[in-house]
Amino acid sequence: MPRWLSLVDGPQTLGRGPAFWFVLGVIVLVAALLPTFVNAFAITNLTYFLVWVFMALGLSLIWGYAGILSFGQTAFFGLAGYTYGVISINLGDAGLWTWFALLLSLVLPAMLAILVGYFMFYGGVRDVFVGIVTLSITLVFETFMAQTAGPEWTIGSARLNGFNGMSNMPPLTFPWGENPIIFDGTSLFWLVLALVVLVYVGLRILVNSRFGNVLVAIRENPERAEMLGYNVRLYQLFVFVIGSVLAGLSGVLYTLWGSYITPSSMGLTAAALPIIWVAAGGRKDITATLFATVLLTWLSQQLAVKGSQYALIWMGVILLVVVLFAPEGLFVTVWKKLRDGRRMRQRATAPKTVSLPSA
Amino acid sequence: MATILQTRGLKKYFGGLRAINGVDLVIEEGELRCLIGPNGAGKSTLFKLILGSYPPSAGAILFKGDDITTLQPHLRVQRGMSIKFQVPGIFLQLPVEQNLRIALQRPHRGAALDQALERLLELIDLGHQRSELAANLSHGQQQWLEIAMAVALQPAMLLLDEPTAGMSPEETFKTGELVKKLNASGMTIVVIEHDMAFVRQIAKRVTVLHFGEVFDDGSLDKIVRNEDVVRIYLGKV
Repeated sequence: MPRWLSLVDGPQTLGRGPAFWFVLGVIVLVAALLPTFVNAFAITNLTYFLVWVFMALGLSLIWGYAGILSFGQTAFFGLAGYTYGVISINLGDAGLWTWFALLLSLVLPAMLAILVGYFMFYGGVRDVFVGIVTLSITLVFETFMAQTAGPEWTIGSARLNGFNGMSNMPPLTFPWGENPIIFDGTSLFWLVLALVVLVYVGLRILVNSRFGNVLVAIRENPERAEMLGYNVRLYQLFVFVIGSVLAGLSGVLYTLWGSYITPSSMGLTAAALPIIWVAAGGRKDITATLFATVLLTWLSQQLAVKGSQYALIWMGVILLVVVLFAPEGLFVTVWKKLRDGRRMRQRATAPKTVSLPSA
Repeated sequence: MATILQTRGLKKYFGGLRAINGVDLVIEEGELRCLIGPNGAGKSTLFKLILGSYPPSAGAILFKGDDITTLQPHLRVQRGMSIKFQVPGIFLQLPVEQNLRIALQRPHRGAALDQALERLLELIDLGHQRSELAANLSHGQQQWLEIAMAVALQPAMLLLDEPTAGMSPEETFKTGELVKKLNASGMTIVVIEHDMAFVRQIAKRVTVLHFGEVFDDGSLDKIVRNEDVVRIYLGKV
């Protein structure tokens, strides 16, 4: 096995070997070339589907790998979105200020995650109560932001705008002589796609490392992990922070994509959707989570054309079906069935040649 | 011989229940000690206090001469303690090999890890089932897997909480031989056990706990001659 493969492949991920990575590479290449084939509207849509992937991957890491069900990743999503709005509207798009706003939009969720995570994990909050605490936080954020409609709710020159949310923040801008590079449309798509690839590969390396081994150990049996000498709470805190920064990345990219952010992005419905994407694909595998998220956000959008409540009902149905018939997630279940089937056939064919002489 | 573990006036109350009520225990380096006593005598509680799963109500714990009474559990493990729980504490949904790797990867790296892995698989005779999920092993095999994980840390002191529970007589005997082998290699071992045949097989010295206190202590022969021990625990033979 080549050295780079031993880094990205391992016991914590399905799909491995040169063939798997070749197929994945082709998918990425086709995606990157799409802007030359399809219209700008389709590219904008595709960007939208990819924007959610980071929050889903982060939840897969926290929940699927480390066994901590956070129901409130949208708190970090919203915090990042609003942070970008406030900072970028105040500082404008000159120089590298929009990138500074982007950076700060990731730092703030990280700090919130450290604070919340510290009190949860070192305070002995576990299991379903982590979900309750994080859900409460995102709902408090939503409620608070929804009542900021009045003119007194202004930070610098940025109005928070209550229920309607903030809008008209400048896009990411990179100074380049006379013609600064503005990340919107196709260039934003490429940026998001590159980030998806980067984060995906980074997480593959992380979960298949010694660190990832400890994560799944904590998921399976935290007491045993501790008695093997691992600082369980520190690992939990660390993974919670990574997942929350990824939720923040989704939030800031969403804000950049639509140039708006609203309180409802932190509401109950918004908080439930990532759980459905991650559970439907297979929370214990980041590849399954990645594709399920893109597929389900696309499906939601298709169904939403017929009315948004209609789409939500179908998302609920999908969650129910998964929980009842494929608790490991649809993609993971199908993948394992195919793999086991292939192994069975190999076993069935292999012994025949051996057993013939003795027969 | 140097003292490896010492508890001084150790107490643990759960509300009004005095689970451990003033235990002074001294374990010497290289010892193989058995803890026996009726259910509820405080044996498992004592182990949990030694490992720091919860803090004592009073008293002190010294390990290798250092006071570790308030040290966090994982740091105690890093100082050279290791435990096999009463209920098999393994990673059920992970393969046997990965269970061992997780245990081995803290003290070992690279090729040394692979070698240690093969040694452990041989020790517990699970080489042919290395890719099997731990959940699919028999109860006895799960016990062995956890013993191997505890041993993987190369601890100075190994605590075994009912290592043979649910094992067949042959499995119990094999476990006894394994424990003796580990002890012969220099590992200090403390065992909680109900199976007196097992205790007879391995023990050099036995401590009897009763109502959270040390009831008797000494060689197995001395213990079984104590009529009070027979009355409270062993029963009429």
